[in-house]
Amino acid sequence: MASGAEITSQEYIKHHLQNLTVGEGFWALHIDTLGWSIFLGAIFLYIFRSVAKQASTGVPGKLQCAVEMIVEFVDDSVKSTFHGKNPVIAPLALTIFVWVLLMNAMDWVPVDLIPRIFEMFGVHYMKAVPTTDPNMTFALALGVFALIIYYSIKVKGVSGFIKELTTQPFGHWSLYPVNFVLEMVTLLARPLSLALRLFGNLYAGELIFLLIATIGLFQLPVHFLWAAFHLLVIPLQAFIFMMLTILYLSLAHEDH
Amino acid sequence: MNLNMTLIGELIAFIVFVIFCMKYVWPPIIGAIEDRQATIADGLAASDRAAKELELAQDKATAQLKEAKAQAAEIIEAAKKRDAQIVEEAAAKAQAEKEKILAAGHAEIETERNQAREELRQQVAVLAVAGAEKILERSIDAAAHSDILDKLVAEL
Repeated sequence: MASGAEITSQEYIKHHLQNLTVGEGFWALHIDTLGWSIFLGAIFLYIFRSVAKQASTGVPGKLQCAVEMIVEFVDDSVKSTFHGKNPVIAPLALTIFVWVLLMNAMDWVPVDLIPRIFEMFGVHYMKAVPTTDPNMTFALALGVFALIIYYSIKVKGVSGFIKELTTQPFGHWSLYPVNFVLEMVTLLARPLSLALRLFGNLYAGELIFLLIATIGLFQLPVHFLWAAFHLLVIPLQAFIFMMLTILYLSLAHEDH
Repeated sequence: MNLNMTLIGELIAFIVFVIFCMKYVWPPIIGAIEDRQATIADGLAASDRAAKELELAQDKATAQLKEAKAQAAEIIEAAKKRDAQIVEEAAAKAQAEKEKILAAGHAEIETERNQAREELRQQVAVLAVAGAEKILERSIDAAAHSDILDKLVAEL
């Protein structure tokens, strides 16, 4: 529970869902989201880079084994879906998978632990799970979306891309505007669904952790159960985000 | 849902992370993995090959051993035959030698006996003549009766 009986559970939850913000309106920056996500991304890259620097083809060490397992898992996922040659997709998928996994994993940290520690230093708002911030998930989704557009145009050309957007599913020229509307919805639904799926799952999970935190003494077993359930949710969401990224990019490479 | 500058910041972070991963993380790790896979595949193939070669070598060795045994048996057989032959030849030679020596001995004995007999005959003749001379000293003329004496000598 938060600091004493004077705040209601509603206020407690609201307080915990508040980002540490600098600035106003559109120019606002969520320092906690940025800080934690970059911190976690740096951990990911530091570990993987340190393995990559001394990667040997001989007998691998334990850390190298673990890293290689993840790399191979991502590589297999990419190869099973995407059959072309592209130097970006596999590292992109690896970055998304591990980064999102680490950010989601912050959900396991007890909901009060990090905010309390920061409160001791006079920081009153701290949301430690970056993927519960739509800014984070939309940034990822927009990055992927930009790549979808880029590769669609690169592979099919501008005219090919426009043709793909207008000439199907209906073949007749008078229906091209209808096609265009349908295809645009399909196209735009991709980043939107990517971003909202991840955000929604993690935000809901976090919210329920907070609700559990307000029920008093019985919260411990319930917390445990909910955290155990997140053993599924956290890697699954990271995996889905990665898989859909690969899928969308391989669709962008397909020339009809 | 308050989207703001954070999105731009995260987008930049995302791009930087992906580029870093693409440049410095992915290629060495996947390279090491693929190299190791190739090494392991080579090793497995080599061990398969070695096993096959070993089998082949064992077959060859068995065949050679068999051949060697056969050859040895052959050589022993030949040696035995030769041995028997040598023994036989030696026995035959010895027999011949023995016979030769025996024959020579017999011949020598014969000549010596003949010689002795001749000598004896001479001496008997002389003795007989001497005895006869002594007995018939006065009555017998040696020259006149020499033909009788000679006959006597020849009869001995």
